[in-house]
Amino acid sequence: MDEFAVEMRDVVKIFPTPEGGEVAAVNHVTLQIKHGEFFSMLGPSGCGKTTSLRMMAGFEWPTEGEIFIDGAAMGRTPPYLRPINTVFQSYALFQHMSVFQNVAFGLEMEHVPKKEIEHRVGAALEMVKLSGMSRRKPKQLSGGQQQRVALARALIKRPAVLLLDEPLGALDLKLRKEMQLELKALQKEVGITFVYVTHDQEEALTMSDRIAVMSQGKVLQIGTPVEIYERPNCRFVADFIGETNFLKGKVKKIERGLLTVELPDFSQEIKGMGHENLAVGQDVSVSIRPEKIRLEDDNNTTAVEEDKDNILRGKVLATAYVGSDTRIIVDIGHDIHMVVWEQNNISTLDPQAYYVADDKVLVHLPFENTLVLPEGVA
Amino acid sequence: MSEKKPALWLRIFSFLVYLYFYLPILILIVFSFNTQKLNVRWEGFTLKWYEVLFNDSNVMLATRNTLIIAFISTLVATVIGTMAALALQRYRFPGYTLIESILYIPVIIPEVVMGISLLAFFALIKFQLGLVTITISHIAFNIPFVTLVVRARLHGFDKSIEEASMDLGANELTTFWRVTLPTIMPGVLSGAMLAFTLSLDDYVITYFSAGPGATTLPLRVFSMVRFAVTPEVNALSTLWVLTVLVILLISQVVQKRQT
Repeated sequence: MDEFAVEMRDVVKIFPTPEGGEVAAVNHVTLQIKHGEFFSMLGPSGCGKTTSLRMMAGFEWPTEGEIFIDGAAMGRTPPYLRPINTVFQSYALFQHMSVFQNVAFGLEMEHVPKKEIEHRVGAALEMVKLSGMSRRKPKQLSGGQQQRVALARALIKRPAVLLLDEPLGALDLKLRKEMQLELKALQKEVGITFVYVTHDQEEALTMSDRIAVMSQGKVLQIGTPVEIYERPNCRFVADFIGETNFLKGKVKKIERGLLTVELPDFSQEIKGMGHENLAVGQDVSVSIRPEKIRLEDDNNTTAVEEDKDNILRGKVLATAYVGSDTRIIVDIGHDIHMVVWEQNNISTLDPQAYYVADDKVLVHLPFENTLVLPEGVA
Repeated sequence: MSEKKPALWLRIFSFLVYLYFYLPILILIVFSFNTQKLNVRWEGFTLKWYEVLFNDSNVMLATRNTLIIAFISTLVATVIGTMAALALQRYRFPGYTLIESILYIPVIIPEVVMGISLLAFFALIKFQLGLVTITISHIAFNIPFVTLVVRARLHGFDKSIEEASMDLGANELTTFWRVTLPTIMPGVLSGAMLAFTLSLDDYVITYFSAGPGATTLPLRVFSMVRFAVTPEVNALSTLWVLTVLVILLISQVVQKRQT
């Protein structure tokens, strides 16, 4: 067994455009997916995630580069000879066949004996909780049930890798959350490598062992959900995953990972954590997430003395109480509004305990959570 | 869906339209059982004309020819027409729009023109006119009709079911037989049904591509009614209407079962 379940080595896919031009849907992508991993490819539509998946499945061939599955170069191997199965966004169930026939199809193609097919289909339907539905047609099932049939149909082949192309996209929010957990549990149970394509960042964070964030045909960052959220490597990733606030600046000083950034709008300096390949004088974006900002009363300067550089003055514009926390929009001048989430960890009915519009506040950006990111793509 | 009844005048109007459609056919059927030789007055019930019909060797030969031509031309046109529909659905190539539009020309141009052109063509390549040339002509005008019907069915065809099939281990051929064809079957059957009925009653094109001795039912009927419409023709037409009705019914049942 090779080290990696799937490997993309410098893969390029070029499509002709209707206007007669060319577009690189996937642009020099290199990534390795480990055995048994739940790996997500995350990005906005048109970022190349689905094209990458389709190349792994064999529906498209790379223009350049090579894809390896279990260490074997795939070249132009057709889909039916790859140890990979796919769950399609549209489910792609065979409408003229029953649930049983759909799930049995893959085994029939392998000429598995009839008795064994019956046994295995029964077990697969039980796994996805569809026992007793085997004689129905796909049209007689709900969206969630159809999704499970698609899953059973792909998993029954015991593939080395299961590809999932936005499989929960068509389900409503509640069912979707349920299926996320179920899918994750199922993956642990069967121990198969899952490659999951989605544009929903929350879904990717919830389910994945590792995530590749893609944009415009390129992989921007690969890492665990924590790494991607807490240490994005560029402005795009910080912006796409979760919510964040940005400030424009210029690098002034670098000392062992701690950067001093000049904010020209505020004629002020701010300290933050940054990537080692940043240089003095470089234009950067300073990113800080709403839940990591601390608000202090205007007159309470002692509380933040030890980190006094990273304080901006502002005025509360609006607040929204959402139960677990309060969302506060603070105007810090120069048409810049910062979003702050304050956790409501004290239970009180006193409205004075919360910020209200027009309160003057100090916006404290703790330096260890203030990220200095390159402007463009890393 | 509301179960509201239409207004009275709408019901009367619809009844009249249907009467206009079917009264002539009804009269034709009734007079096929008339003892009188002229289609003028009802005199009494008889099955004599059916007997005459079944003993008319010319009519029987024409019937046999018509059915053979209809079966063969339907089969060939359905296969080629379906292939064309699939190709137009699946591929984009230089000249696509041109190919697509000239495919439907036989549907649009007058039948006479098509008949003459076929005749001229057979004459040019010195092909003996007969049942073979009629069959070839019928195939030619049936292909675009089949393609039209099948393409309508293919509209909205989810290509990912073919990908799913290959993903599950079926090669291209197996995928076509097990997944693609069953999915588009209702369209293919409708196309075939249309082709069959068009072939059954074609007169103009058949007239031009038929040689001496090669007679089909429409040609035979026209020669029989040259002087007068006899009850024998009525009987023949009655059976004909019945046949088409049965085909129609079968196709309706097939369509219903599919959905």
